[in-house]
Amino acid sequence: MEPLSTFEIITRILVQLSPVWISLVLLYALSIAFKRRLGLYGKLFDSPIGMIGFGLVMFWVFTGIYGALDMIVTHDALSQVSGMKNKVPGTALRSVEEGDYGWYLLGGDNLARDVFSRLIKGAWEVIKIAPLAAIFAFMVGITLGLPAGYYGGKLDVFLSFLANLILAFPVILLFYLLVTPEIVATGVPNYMAIVLFVFPIIFLAVLLNSRYHTRPALRTPLLIGVLGFATWMYLQLVSSGGYLINTPDFKIIGLPSVLDFFDIDPGLLVVFVSVVFVNSPTVFRIVRGLTMDIKTRDYVAAAQTRGEGPWYIMLWEILPNARGPLIVDFCLRIGYTIILLGTLGFFGLGLAPESPDWGSTINDGRKLLSIYLHPALPPALALLSLVLGLNLLADGLREESLKD
Amino acid sequence: MGPFILRRTGMMIVTAICLTFIVFFLTNLYPNLEKLAKTQGNFRMSDEAVASWLDKNGYAQPTIVKYSQWLGVMPGWTRTSEKGVTGRCVLGTVSAAEAAQAPRFCGILQGDWGYSTVFRDDVSNIVGKRLGLTGALMFWVLLLMVPTALLIGVLAGMREGSVTDRSLSTVSILTTATPEYVSGVIFIAVFTSSTVGLKWFKGTATSATAKMPSDYSLAFVPEWAEAFWFRVAVAPTLENFFLPVLTIALYGMGYISRMTRASMTEVMTAQYIRTARLKGVSFYNVVVKHALRNALIAPFTVIMLQFPWLLNGVVIVETLFNYKGFGWALVQAASNNDIELLLAVSVVSVVVVLVTQLISDIGYVYLNPRIRIS
Repeated sequence: MEPLSTFEIITRILVQLSPVWISLVLLYALSIAFKRRLGLYGKLFDSPIGMIGFGLVMFWVFTGIYGALDMIVTHDALSQVSGMKNKVPGTALRSVEEGDYGWYLLGGDNLARDVFSRLIKGAWEVIKIAPLAAIFAFMVGITLGLPAGYYGGKLDVFLSFLANLILAFPVILLFYLLVTPEIVATGVPNYMAIVLFVFPIIFLAVLLNSRYHTRPALRTPLLIGVLGFATWMYLQLVSSGGYLINTPDFKIIGLPSVLDFFDIDPGLLVVFVSVVFVNSPTVFRIVRGLTMDIKTRDYVAAAQTRGEGPWYIMLWEILPNARGPLIVDFCLRIGYTIILLGTLGFFGLGLAPESPDWGSTINDGRKLLSIYLHPALPPALALLSLVLGLNLLADGLREESLKD
Repeated sequence: MGPFILRRTGMMIVTAICLTFIVFFLTNLYPNLEKLAKTQGNFRMSDEAVASWLDKNGYAQPTIVKYSQWLGVMPGWTRTSEKGVTGRCVLGTVSAAEAAQAPRFCGILQGDWGYSTVFRDDVSNIVGKRLGLTGALMFWVLLLMVPTALLIGVLAGMREGSVTDRSLSTVSILTTATPEYVSGVIFIAVFTSSTVGLKWFKGTATSATAKMPSDYSLAFVPEWAEAFWFRVAVAPTLENFFLPVLTIALYGMGYISRMTRASMTEVMTAQYIRTARLKGVSFYNVVVKHALRNALIAPFTVIMLQFPWLLNGVVIVETLFNYKGFGWALVQAASNNDIELLLAVSVVSVVVVLVTQLISDIGYVYLNPRIRIS
């Protein structure tokens, strides 16, 4: 077959991405139609910057999801095809079987894999880790930042010291120390996972208890249900093969394998834990600052006079009123997490070497950069556009939330 | 001011001790020591051989004891065998008489930073040399980044919502969204590769780390200034140094300029600016004489707090452009579990982070007399 021209490559990529375009059009049509009823999310569609940012983010979210469902990819992200090593974009495969896609749309990398398919698969790698890591970092930051800001005193001094300790650590050094196979073998990341992942459970428990403790009939079943489920998810997350910690000389028995429906790849768990660990002190500082500011307001004094408990005031009076800056920071933090994940991939830490995530792909591609541009450039541009989208989205949200 | 600085310095020392202990603990976990033994000895060592190697080299002691020795509050270990005496404070195997001559304590309190197992050199030599090279890089980065960022921020914040503001803000968002490894790759691809054909710059900065020739001398200038001048201005040329500098500068630039813009827009809406305008002061004079000084207080803090992040960028850029500076040494030390070099690197970076925080706090007070430090 003939190699494709530039125009044909672009057309074919656009056609290949058609499920994404359809989803985007549907999402925008529905959102704009109902934007007056959708609160802050709806207001986003009043600001052009926010709309562009949201579009970029959702483009990659849809691409990631459909990519994971094998809808967009043209080839297997790991399979190597002979004769396709470092071939330029649009090169036709030598021998095409019935039903196979006949071209490498964005060329082949140095191991003769399809750059386009790896790009799409890499989007899923990013989409599945970054927002979740940001959520966990927020849970940890909020659970510790609220009491630190509200109570102040010794608790604040102690927690702030811990936060500053982590912040004073150069991120790269921390990653090198935590994400090496030797450290993983000692189980240090597992201990950190056990500690860090408790915070969402504490958060949920306190959140629900402080609200409903006056109505025990509703509170008790609700707490048992929610906490039971959360604890079960937690144990599934931190235990693998029936053990919480499984090193040659020390073991802690965890959830039996029968109840354990998913196991996290240890490499992924380490990356996840480190990213949460690095992000949470910053969230802590933001939440603490906001709490110290908001606790002087009249409505907090009113709640105190009413006799509300401290946790009710923190979680149901202060936290909702701090949501504006926190939502904005959440978007920026996802972007920052993506950059961090890319950095990890770039240094070859954590994720498996053949992993299609963008950081690793950029690192693989850069070695031959002066001769072949096409393996490194698409993931670089993809990462750039996703982080840019998140920044624009945060800007749009900030502008719209300030308008009230 | 005195007690404040004293308290902050005390805090800094406590933080540094905690952090170095964490690094020490993590690097001294058994699997890491095993890796160290195997890289120093040979890769086919049996478990017993590893254990005896660790024992012979003083690694088998409890972590807290080793840490105290490293700090210099406990005497260094010594081991006497039939060949002679080995120990923390002596290099290699020496006779008993020579060992008696060696100091008993040799930790960082005595100024001994230890010995790097990767570079086979004293840690203080390595850190000094690499810091010098990175210092040259940082010098040019700051020289490019700070004025440009302030200019962009002031121009954008001068008239909020104007075309200039919108376009400059877009540029700064774009640069903050581009991590170093992305912009570096794009720059190398565009400006150095044979595919695009613009071979304006070199893709590596290795030649910028060239050694100073021994006959290099400038008239009437002390030796250290010669060395500084050579590192900063002579060895790095536009061809081999511009891209790494630009790559680091761009990422930090966006953030600083956005902060400057925010503070500038706030100042421009203040009452005294309106008064000045109504009195008939020209727009140029209002900006330069009235607004600028007040608008530059907030960015000062931001610029100081950028230093720790620059270190992050430095590691990436030094790896990408193969510039053998501090970041490169960090990567080498970490990937080979070179304990003492890693500790020295973390001490240096912690001190950099905390000193910049201190300077930004103090500078803030001097720039803004309305703030008092209690």
